[in-house]
This record gives sequence, C-alpha cells and structure tokens, in this order.
Amino acid sequence: MKAIVNVFLKAGVLDSQGKAVQHALSSLHFSHVNDVRVGKQIILKLDETDVIKAKEDVIKMCEELLANTVIEDYEIEIIS
Amino acid sequence: MKVAILQFPGTNCEYDTQHAFKSLGAETEVLWHKSQNIPSDTNLLIVAGGFSYGDYLRSGAIAKFSPVMQAVKEYAANGGKVLGICNGFQVLTEAGLLPGALKRNEHLHFLSQHHNLKVISNNNIFLEKLENNDVVNIPIAHHDGNYYINEEGLKDLYENDQVLLKYCDKEGHSSNPNGSVDAIAGICNKEKNVFGLMPHPERAMEMILGSNDGVKMLQGFLQA
Repeated sequence: MKAIVNVFLKAGVLDSQGKAVQHALSSLHFSHVNDVRVGKQIILKLDETDVIKAKEDVIKMCEELLANTVIEDYEIEIIS
Repeated sequence: MKVAILQFPGTNCEYDTQHAFKSLGAETEVLWHKSQNIPSDTNLLIVAGGFSYGDYLRSGAIAKFSPVMQAVKEYAANGGKVLGICNGFQVLTEAGLLPGALKRNEHLHFLSQHHNLKVISNNNIFLEKLENNDVVNIPIAHHDGNYYINEEGLKDLYENDQVLLKYCDKEGHSSNPNGSVDAIAGICNKEKNVFGLMPHPERAMEMILGSNDGVKMLQGFLQA
C-alpha cells in the first residue's frame, strides 16, 4: 500500500516561494495564473493492508514529523 | 558555572559557542546528541547553530527526535535554562519548547550579515545586562529565519513579556530583513527559562569581529 502526503503552508501563511513562482510565470506571460502554492510531496510505501489503519498511522506521522502544524496543512491519499 | 552545548550531526557553531563562553570564564562541555542525560551540574544548556540533519524536511524537524531531546525537555521543565541560537531556535520551536515556527526568509535569500537588534524586554536573565530599547549589533546567518506565530499567539507573547529582540536599524527603527512577524528576532517561553533567537551573539564577542555586543547578552546567564 502507498500513501501520498502533500504538505502546504496553511492558507493565511505567506508562501514566498509560491509568490516567486507566480511572479516568474507572469514574466513568461502566463498572466492568468491567480495564485501559486509550493508544497512538498512525501510518498510512503507501507507494509499494511488495512486502509483505515494505514490512514490513521499516516495522520500520526504528519502530526509528529511530516508537517509542522503551526504553519502547515497536510492532505493524505492512500492507494491500495 | 557550567555551560553544556548540544551537538547534532550538522551542527557547526558548537565550538564558536564554546570559545565564547570560555572567554567569559565558564566551564563548557560539548554534548553529543546521543547522550541520554544533561550533566547534572549544567547551569545553561545551549542548542547551537548550524544545519542539524542537513535541514532535511524542515530546519530542526529531525533533531527534535534525537535521544538528547527528551532530556532537554525534562531539563527545561525543571526550570533549567536553555538557549537556542539560530538552528537551535528552530529546533526548540519544532520541539514545542518555544511557540511559533521559523519559515523560509520572505525574499528567499540566505542572509549573512551584521544586523541591529533592539531590546524589547530585559525582564529576563538573558538580557538583564541591557536596557530596554538598547540597540546591539549581532551577525545573522540564516535561510529560515522568518518567525511566524498566529495573532492569538502573538498577543500572548506581548502580554507575557516574551518578545525579547526585534530587528531594527542603527537608530532603533524597525528594519525587517526576513519577513518575521513584527520583525521579531528572539523570544522566550512563558516561564522565562527557555530562550531562542536567530542572530548569533557568540559571533560578536570581540571588536576584531566587528562587534562585542554579544558579551553583554551571554554574560547575563553567567551570574549565579
């Protein structure tokens, strides 16, 4: 089973990298890009067959290490 | 007076810090992160600057799980004095010993320069040798020094006198190099025994290095 974790800065926390990318896109004339958020993707291979159990585990991993919940949100996708 | 200085893989300011405290007459010990205990005669514990674990994932994120950190938490909970400098500040926020978080600098550049800091509160052992509104010149060297805390947390910091230092210019007017909330450069916990700042006082110990303002800061810890 695989888990895909996406970590992004929370809405309301300025994403300087996103802004820089948006600015660069606009200099390339992609001026219709309204907002860019840069995050990171963490892909985990899990030795687990129970989807619910896997998700619970990955939530714990995010809370303890993978995201800093003071400034970041995370999304988890489990692929069985 | 005994100062213990933590060393993680990737820490690179432990010997500068040791040199600084030795020059003030303190006994020092560099403590490897695998240690399970803080030496019992420690009066001050430093989480030194550098790039613990290569800043992988986030600055300070992996160091918080080093064996020594459990002992650091107990030491702090028992009122022991802890100072995190630069990466040490990042480690202490990641470990939940200080509120808030350090984000990537707003303009995304690594900063390595002298910067002026204004003393906001000297009502603590760290800065009591200085006066409020004093301006000190201390080097900064960081990529992730953009201090963030939400509005509620910021209110708490001010109410409890936990904002210690802010970035400013020579005259003491606000000058924010990295996008930190309210130009905050250093804070402490509510109990005023855990301190963190991005600037490096241990690099400002003699005039040949451009400033000796760090002496007044670190000396605060050395009174009994």
